[in-house]
Amino acid sequence: MSTLSRKGQLSRDEVAHLAHLARLAVTDEELDLFAGQLAAVLDAVAQVGKAAVEDVTPTTHAVPMTNVMREDVVRPSLPRDVVLAGAPAAEDGRFRVPRILQEEA
Amino acid sequence: MRSPAMSSDVTSMNVDELQAALADGATSVDVTRAYLDRIAAADGELGAYLHVDPETALARAAEIDAAGTRGTGLTGIPVALKDVVVTEGVPTTSGSKILEGWKPPYDATVAARLKAAGTVLLGKTNMDEFAMGSSTENSAYRVTRNPWDPERIPGGSSGGSSAAVAGGLAPWAIGTDTGGSIRQPAAVTGLVGHKPTYGSVSRYGLIAFSSSLDQAGPMARTVLDAALLHEAIGGHDPLDSTSIRAPLPVLAEAARRGAEGSLTGLRVGVVRELGGEGHTDGYEDGVLASFREAVARLEAMGAEIREISCPAFDLALAAYYLIAPSEASSNLARFDGVRYGLRVGDDGTRDLDEVMALTREQGFGPEVKRRIILGTYALSSGYYEAYYGQAQKVRTLISRDFSAAFEGVDVLVSPTTPTVAFPIGARVDDPIAMYAADLCTLPASLAGLPAISVPSGLSEGLPVGFQIMAPALADDRCYRVAAALEAALTDERGDRGFLDQLASRAGNPQGSAA
Repeated sequence: MSTLSRKGQLSRDEVAHLAHLARLAVTDEELDLFAGQLAAVLDAVAQVGKAAVEDVTPTTHAVPMTNVMREDVVRPSLPRDVVLAGAPAAEDGRFRVPRILQEEA
Repeated sequence: MRSPAMSSDVTSMNVDELQAALADGATSVDVTRAYLDRIAAADGELGAYLHVDPETALARAAEIDAAGTRGTGLTGIPVALKDVVVTEGVPTTSGSKILEGWKPPYDATVAARLKAAGTVLLGKTNMDEFAMGSSTENSAYRVTRNPWDPERIPGGSSGGSSAAVAGGLAPWAIGTDTGGSIRQPAAVTGLVGHKPTYGSVSRYGLIAFSSSLDQAGPMARTVLDAALLHEAIGGHDPLDSTSIRAPLPVLAEAARRGAEGSLTGLRVGVVRELGGEGHTDGYEDGVLASFREAVARLEAMGAEIREISCPAFDLALAAYYLIAPSEASSNLARFDGVRYGLRVGDDGTRDLDEVMALTREQGFGPEVKRRIILGTYALSSGYYEAYYGQAQKVRTLISRDFSAAFEGVDVLVSPTTPTVAFPIGARVDDPIAMYAADLCTLPASLAGLPAISVPSGLSEGLPVGFQIMAPALADDRCYRVAAALEAALTDERGDRGFLDQLASRAGNPQGSAA
């Protein structure tokens, strides 16, 4: 990510950029607050850099497992009306979403 | 003879006593009503629950009474579930406004197994939003208070569950633990809390925070109760692809055997990096004193004690606060205002991206936003290796330290938390101070190992927790050692359990129970 400065620093603009990437419409007050707090957190977590990790393989999961299989059994899905009942907006048996393209319809 | 469950102190009974009462003629309706009355009387102040439905709970209890199966196993025993566990038709929020009003269309495996075992759901307990926190102050809904001192936090993120059980508003409860969220709240409220071996309790239907770390487990008044609840929820589940295909060790039996009091031949390692020499910064003297006394008790029961150094544990906090936010930033992408929960700003003028950003802005609280931003940063190209990748390697080093230690000892011990319960509001503006509450619980989380917290005594009148960690799938060792310590302390005090000390205090909610 070329817009970010060197490691261990996190400016207000960078927090705004990261928030945008994560689809968070943060307020100005939040940006002021988070920039300071995240700089402190980043300082603390940067300690991982101290570890001597030559030839150390990363652990993604405490229990090593690969290719977990189960029986290929057909099971009923959740009923459509039950699922749509929990949606913020539904129409014609589907989730209704805001427009996804920028141009006017 | 009057049945014990008909007497006034149902809500201070251990679950094995409730089982006996139910077998002896008490009804599940009586027992359930006693807890609902306590909730009605005390939860306004305590804030343990987010959702309680007395009518449904009593109807369920009546069904069990009518079936005539109460008193067998867990049948007829009430239970509370942390609100991160999805429950069919029962509101589930994970402590977040973004899920306000959502009724899940299915049950988590943990909820389904407890239902099948004949338990009665009392309600859903408060928690830090998406389980991110150590004080339950990050709940979007309400403050939860510690029954030992209402001005102090009940721990977190399973603070609603800890407050409910300690306050007599549930006989026991399910919590979840990602970096210590079962053990730390149990420690600061005088409960037993166990984080199972990663993969030994199904994660199906737990609202995901950090998938490589999340585990559900029991929070209870006694070690035996915790073991009984753990046995009911554990074991392989085909619906969770990380579920281990291995039988659960026998836990209640391990607790009973431990309570007999002999630890002859048991090798116990005291972790230097967790409160030992040169590593006492941030630890309270009272906590360390209680810890040392507990170690001396284990020795008196025949255990061999030695100090063990696990140098990589010093980096556990840094590794955890990279790994967990990274996984969270990915997991929480599902809250997009499309399929469930809140949607904000959908007025026809905004496109999907804007509506999503406004929804997440209004739906998430500050700690969740901080972690999403931090995780997004740690995973971004150019920073991935230095942060997330490096943290995963530290995780390997922590596991290696555990493996080396377990070549020489059977269990490792430490304080559960560096301090007793801190005052509400004390750390809320200082994320680093809040994160420090997890210092001792993080290593076992990162290595996926089982760890239990059991009360070791009081410091300045507040509970102190003692942590016992064991190799993967050796959860029974945690229960055995915890039960031995619990039995020694109970004998010495001459009561029925640690929480009797809370009940005997004047003016506290449980002490004043009708």
